[in-house]
Order: sequence, then C-alpha cells, then structure tokens
Amino acid sequence: MLQTVSESRAVGETQRAAYRCMLRARLLDDKFAALYRAGKIHGGVFLGRGQEALSAAIGVHLNKSDVFAPLIRDAAGRLAFGEPIIDAVRTYLGSALGPMRGRDGNVHRGRPQAGYLPMISHLGAMVSVVNGVLFARRLKGISGIVGVACLGEGATSTGAFHEALNQAAVEKLPLVLVIANNQFAYSTPTNRQFACADLADRAAGYGVESHSVDATEFSVCIEKLGAAIARARAGHGPQLVVATLLRLCGHGEHDDAGYIAPEMKNSPLGRDCLKVAEEFLLKKNLADAAQFAVWRSEAIREIEDAVAQAQREPAPDPYEEKWSALASEKLNELREEH
Amino acid sequence: MSITYLDAIREAQAHALRDDPRVFIYGQDVGAFGGAFKATKNLQKEFPGRVFDSPISEDAMIGLAVGAAIEGLRPIVEMQFADFSSVAFNQIVNQAATLFWRTQVPCPITVRLPFGGTSGGGPFHSQTPETIYAHYPGLIVLTPATVEDAYSMLLEAVAIDDPVIFCEHKFLYRHLKAEKLPTEALPIGKARIAREGRDLTVVAYSAMVQDAKEAATELAAEGWEIEVVDLRSVKPLDTDTIIASVARTGKLLAVGEAWPWGGVTAEVISRVTSEGFGLLDAPPQRLNAKDTPVPYHPNLWAAHRPTVRSIAAAARKILRH
Ligand SMILES: Cc1ncc(C[n+]2csc(CCOP(=O)(O)OP(=O)(O)O)c2C)c(N)n1
Ligand SMILES: [Mg+2]
Repeated sequence: MLQTVSESRAVGETQRAAYRCMLRARLLDDKFAALYRAGKIHGGVFLGRGQEALSAAIGVHLNKSDVFAPLIRDAAGRLAFGEPIIDAVRTYLGSALGPMRGRDGNVHRGRPQAGYLPMISHLGAMVSVVNGVLFARRLKGISGIVGVACLGEGATSTGAFHEALNQAAVEKLPLVLVIANNQFAYSTPTNRQFACADLADRAAGYGVESHSVDATEFSVCIEKLGAAIARARAGHGPQLVVATLLRLCGHGEHDDAGYIAPEMKNSPLGRDCLKVAEEFLLKKNLADAAQFAVWRSEAIREIEDAVAQAQREPAPDPYEEKWSALASEKLNELREEH
Repeated sequence: MSITYLDAIREAQAHALRDDPRVFIYGQDVGAFGGAFKATKNLQKEFPGRVFDSPISEDAMIGLAVGAAIEGLRPIVEMQFADFSSVAFNQIVNQAATLFWRTQVPCPITVRLPFGGTSGGGPFHSQTPETIYAHYPGLIVLTPATVEDAYSMLLEAVAIDDPVIFCEHKFLYRHLKAEKLPTEALPIGKARIAREGRDLTVVAYSAMVQDAKEAATELAAEGWEIEVVDLRSVKPLDTDTIIASVARTGKLLAVGEAWPWGGVTAEVISRVTSEGFGLLDAPPQRLNAKDTPVPYHPNLWAAHRPTVRSIAAAARKILRH
C-alpha cells in the first residue's frame, strides 16, 4: 500500500507512542516485581513481559470514547489507553486514594465511567460486558466507537468466551476480541487447551472476521491491530485477533515457569518485542539511542515518583470504611449487621 | 516428620488413587505442575494416566466428571479457587446434585474447593461458598478444620456415593501441621468437640475453628471455659452434638467466615432455637464476615472477617448476659 508522506509520519508517531507505552509498562512491571520481592505488595503480581507490543498496539488505536477491557498482561495497553501510572501503583500498593480504594488490588483496576472496565478474575467474563457497553451506546445513538476485550488463549476454553463472541456476532457489535496466545495458561500448554490448528479458524464458525498476528513483531502488531480496530469501527462487526507470542515471565511473580522448555524460549516465539521495537525505530529513524535514553529516564522518574507518592498515602481504614456493597442510600439505612 | 493440611490433601488423593482404580483427578494445572497450590504434586508421575490437566472450562469440568461418575468412575475435580466454581454452578447444582434423585444412578464426584480468605486475595480469590452448595439437596459439603480431618474426610468424600463439595481452607494449607496421618476418624456428619468448656458453646468450622480455639484460650485467662464445636461437615449438620453442648453451657455463638445473610451460622441458630430453646440462658448470637465482597487490602480484609479478637468480644458479650 502506498502511503503519503503525512500518513507515514502519522504512522511513525503511533509507533513512537506505542514504544513509549511499552517501555513504561516494562519498567513499571519491573518495579512491581521488585516491590513484590521486597514484600511490599499484598497478594500477587502479574506481568505482561513479552506482550507489550500487542497490548500497546491496542491502546494506541483506541480513542477516549472507546471501550477497553484489558486483562492481567496489559499494562502497556492500559497506559496507551490513558491510564495514569499512579492508578496502577496505587492499586498495587493498596492506597486508599487509588481507583479501587484498596477494596480491590493489582490488575483488578479500571474506571468504568471512562470506558475502562475493571476485570474480574473469572476468565472470559469481561467480553459480554464489553458487548453490553457497545450495545447500550448503540441504543443511545452513539456510533463510530469500538470495544476491545483482551483474553489469553486459555480463556477461549470458557463457556463465557463462546457465548459472548456469538452474542457480539449476532448483534454485529464493534467488538475486537484480542486473544494473546502466549502458549501457556498458567502451566497448561495449548494442546491441553484446544485441539484446533489455529484459533483464528474459529472465527468462521461465529461468522466474524479474523486477523492473525505475530505479536513478537512490533510493526506487525501496530499494523494489524490498527486494521482490526478500523474494521470494527467502520461497522464490519466483531473482529477476532489471534496473536502468537510467548509469556516471558511466570504466570505471576510467584511462579518460575519451569515448565516452559528452553527450546521454546530460544525460538523466534521467545523474542523480546521491546528489543524488536527498538531495532525497528532505529532502522526507520524514528528514534535514536539518545532518545531511548531520555524516554527511559523519564519513565523511571515517573514510576519512582508514583511509588514514592503512593507509599506516603493512607491505606484504607477499616473504621472509616463504609461496610456496604449497596449504592442505594435508602437501602443502606435498612441494612442489618450480624 | 510433620505433615501439613496441604500434604494431607495430597496424601489422601494418592491413597485414593492407589486403592481405587476408579479414581482419577481432573483440574487446571493439576498434572505435571501439581496444581496452583501443589495439592496434586507428583501425582501425575506416580499415577500415570490418572491425573489430567483440564482446559479452563469449569462448567465442562464438572459435566465431564458427572459423565464419568455415571460410568462408574470416581473423579476428583480440583477448582483452581473456590471462587471459580461459580462458573460450574449449573452443573454442580442441577446435574450432579439431582442425578441420583432423578435416576437412581449415583454421582460420586468430589469437587475440591480451595476456599477462604488469605490476605491480599481480594474479591475473587477469597470466597467461602459452602452455604450456597449446602442449600441444594443432593450435595454433601465438608469443611475440615484439622490436618487429620483434611486427610480422612477427603478419603471418605471419594468413597461417598454422592457429590461432595470439599472445602479446603487456603490459609490452613501451610499453617496447620500434624505429626502423622490418622488411622481412624469420626464418621462424616459427626461434629467434634475441639475444646471442652461449660460457660459458652462456640460453633465453628474450617479455619474459624482455630480462631475460636485461640479466642477460648484468651477467655480462659479471664476465667471463662469455652466449648468449641468443630462442625467438620456443614451438610449434613450435626445438630445433636451442638444441642448437647448447648445443654451443658446454656449459651451459643455461631461463627463463620462466610457472609452474614443466611448461611451455616443462621442454620445453627435456627436449629438450636427451635429444638433446644429451653436450654438457652441467653439469646444465641452469630458472627460472620461483613456484607460486602471480600476486600483486597489487609487492613480491610482483617476487619471484614471474624478474628480471634472479634470472636472473643462477641463471646464476652454473651457471657455477661
Ligand atoms: C474461570 C476461571 N477459572 C480459573 C481461573 C484461574 N486462572 C487465572 S489465570 C489462569 C490462566 C489463564 O491463561 P490464559 O487465558 O492463557 O492467559 P495468560 O495468563 O496466559 O495471559 C487461570 C487458570 C480464572 N481466573 N478464571
Ligand atoms: Mg496464555
């Protein structure tokens, strides 16, 4: 495809923006891992190492008015969608001032009012919720938006996945369902998860379009996610994106991932998308070593500041806590305690 | 040698696999990985062809187990966390629980639920859904509070011809230790007096038994003798042992980690008030978690559930009645 000069400059900007989110996400993940090892984090820590290109490529193609339901490995996409680093840090450190106020933690964060849906743990469960937001917006006469739901390949085995993809297809919703096939669901390899040769083949069965992405390849991620999101935005119905990559970390920081064979880590699947992206930007003259160094030090400062700030902030106070799960003030007054 | 609650669960499964060729294990990551909590560590190696990794398909996991049970096998299904059994709810309560009643074909499946709160677990890795399963006819719901019971009750769960919801507390996994595995045990459906006393009966189950015993120790220093009843199984519920205890003490506190609306503690109070009203010297009380999802932050989490302190405080209130 021929591109005009201004188009290619815009693509270059997208790539630079995506890279910066990847870098910030990687450094943020590294910080969370360090805090975890230091015993500063309650509960688990889940990283997206190796998945930043895919995740960022989603975020940079979304607008503020779109809908995004990221999952545990989407720090990069969250940042690209506009999540401030402080939201992530506050949630991991349990600050009372974070978006979840210490009630929920780590990757379970979001701002539903802003189209940024906070995941529950139950895999597959967020997809139909994205459908619902898209459906409601259509009823309200809003068009030109898309919703992205992220899943791992393991989550494609849930009933919720099937029901939601079919539902989106029937309603022809502008849903982009991104499956990061990182070869493992916790320790379970893909041959214990599904028996089809390629998850993208399933798209035909639902009557939706599909896109296959080598997610270790930065420029491919940007291009293919851009295309899939544009197709959905233009009214072509749900898009199934099947991205192939490898999780370059444990399932969580408690897990050494000893079940991943060294041959797989050393194969092209195990390439680090962040390095690939750097090489790409260098080759295309979109950034140089000095620029990388500036971005890195800016990101580190931003993260360190956020951590220092969140660590000074109050933890949730059980005596101040309003122990109610009800929104209705009237009903709250009737509440009984046991 | 010391054996943890988790070891006991692993050993019981090894024992069941060894003794009964009909037994197999099915669950996410239970194979070479040994399960998220390592409750099936090395079992796949020791019992080739008997321990299988499942896809992330809780509904289909229980469906498969029911089918295998119809064929005469005795599957043990591990849910990665009790919280995810909600995805299998339909198969558990409508398929497994009704099968025998409808067809006279038994459904001997054991569903292992790593359940209960641990600090930092948050709303979706901390739940205690025993009540909801106990509500359904056809299910047995077990809640072992000791290493010995974890072992013997799991063995018995596998032997029982009905579907068993086996609630194993995640906090107890590594915190409870015993010297050796038991050779005999109380039958399922029998509660145990975990500590004798004459001033107040505290009924508890699962991890709350330990907290209740600690509270009893605290109160002993104030001169009170607290009797702690460990339910062991919440369905069937051993009303006789509870009532016999209340007959001795005249006072009752029922403690549960689950939410306050309805549930095991409400059932205990309801049975004692209707069957043993005359035995009570004070209004019976219940202590549960607060009526919100389980919070993530340890400050909130510790205030959400009953603790040794809150159990002791609730007990003092009844004792002073
Ligand atoms: C319904 C449900 N069952 C089990 C789990 C426990 N669990 C959390 S993550 C995970 C593996 C997910 O694998 P995959 O979907 O491939 O995503 P990845 O972790 O590889 O990104 C499992 C089994 C869960 N969260 N939800
Ligand atoms: Mg995966």
